[in-house]
Amino acid sequence: MKHIQTLNTKNLCESAKNGGCGECQTSCQSACKTSCGIANQQCESAKKD
Amino acid sequence: MIHRYQLGGLNIVLDIYSGSVHVVDEIAYDAIGLYEETSREALVDTLFAKYGDREDVTREELFELYDQIGELKASGRLFAPDTFREKAGDLKKKTSGVVKALCLHIAHTCNLNCSYCFASQGKYHGERGLMSLEVGKRALDFLIENSGTRRNLEVDFFGGEPLMNFDVVKELVAYARVREKECGKNFRFTLTTNGVLIDDDVIDFANRECSNVVLSLDGRKEIHDRFRVDHAGRGSFDVIVPKFQKLVEARGGKNYYMRGTFTHANPDFLKDIEVMLDLGFRELSMEPVVCAPDDPSALNEEDLPIVMEQYEKLAELMLKCHKEGNPFTFYHYMIDLSGGPCIYKRISGCGSGTEYMAVTPWGDLYPCHQFVGEEKFKLGNVFDGVDNHEIQCEFEACNVYARPECADCWAKLYCSGGCAANAYHATGSVTGVYATGCELFRKRMECAIMLEAAKTLGNDE
Repeated sequence: MKHIQTLNTKNLCESAKNGGCGECQTSCQSACKTSCGIANQQCESAKKD
Repeated sequence: MIHRYQLGGLNIVLDIYSGSVHVVDEIAYDAIGLYEETSREALVDTLFAKYGDREDVTREELFELYDQIGELKASGRLFAPDTFREKAGDLKKKTSGVVKALCLHIAHTCNLNCSYCFASQGKYHGERGLMSLEVGKRALDFLIENSGTRRNLEVDFFGGEPLMNFDVVKELVAYARVREKECGKNFRFTLTTNGVLIDDDVIDFANRECSNVVLSLDGRKEIHDRFRVDHAGRGSFDVIVPKFQKLVEARGGKNYYMRGTFTHANPDFLKDIEVMLDLGFRELSMEPVVCAPDDPSALNEEDLPIVMEQYEKLAELMLKCHKEGNPFTFYHYMIDLSGGPCIYKRISGCGSGTEYMAVTPWGDLYPCHQFVGEEKFKLGNVFDGVDNHEIQCEFEACNVYARPECADCWAKLYCSGGCAANAYHATGSVTGVYATGCELFRKRMECAIMLEAAKTLGNDE
């Protein structure tokens, strides 16, 4: 029986080693614009296109 | 820290500091809840007492489950420790010190007269005004000069209604296209509009030059026309919907957002989303109104359970449409679990006042559009740069660990502490938290992750 399925996720601890390039979209979280939580964003350096 | 929740028929366990997401059965759901406080023997006893009458459950298997949890912990994907707190300031520093995005207030005036407007009908509690080409160009140069090694620069044409100053918008984009080649930069433009002035020229421009277009539509005609009226009090729904449809059809797959506001008048906002879908729009966003608590349109305590339920029903509808091969996007449920932002970004948040600033029609700089008009937050201007270092320091210090209320929140690395402006307006401090906004955010994240998990598992079947 498979009790636990782990989804493929970014490892945040690993991202501390080589992240922080700052090229990602600015994440305005204000609801009076279209609030963009950081979770909504893509990593610019991980984008394939 | 972990967060366990049950939604959409799934048992989900989030491991906060590693970012891992586990979908588990009910036995593992209980086991993970008990793991940190219970010995191996006691945990197996407890689970066997509860589940032992099931044919597929044996003590041996429960021991194996316990050990599997231990392996996940050892590999850093469950109960990962917080290794970020001590270096939060340093992590934020790495992404600050440069400006990479501006919200250009092209027009402090509007052709609509929406009573719920946070910007006081586009005037931001001040004089009406249009940004001159000179100020706009200087703002773009200010951005380039202060952007360091950042290549991607963002500019949002905002208002008021930016199309009331469309000639300047077009000239600024033309100027930026020249400057970006000279400076090795890449401008990304966003246009936020109420739609009234959209015509073929605007459609051609927006679809050629803007990486995103935010179109304001509140959903049902009677809901939209309740607030979004012209200065004669006439609703704008019938005027703008055909224009939006034409723009989106011509957009050819480029990003846009149909952005609505829900208020005390429509906490049942799923109906508005369904109207947007019926009108042919597939990239949608509905936002809770931003206004003073005593405003008649403000959401109240009685609205919140309705809103929470709407978020769940929305997730169910999205999953159904996804399975039917007719998916749509809800902005808040976009989450990229494998390719999302790194820890630097998750700690630093929006970058208001540091990486991101708003520019008024007269060239004054503010930490973001929500602070425009609040004189003590004025940072400087695009001609002389930032001179209010005291205020800028407050924003530099904003990171998720600067907010004591976030310490025990499982969602902190999904929101990075939330909106400084909302926090200020709710508590008087940019490092406070807007508690109602937090509640809504946590619900949206639970729905977003459940949706992503359900899609992933569905694809694996």
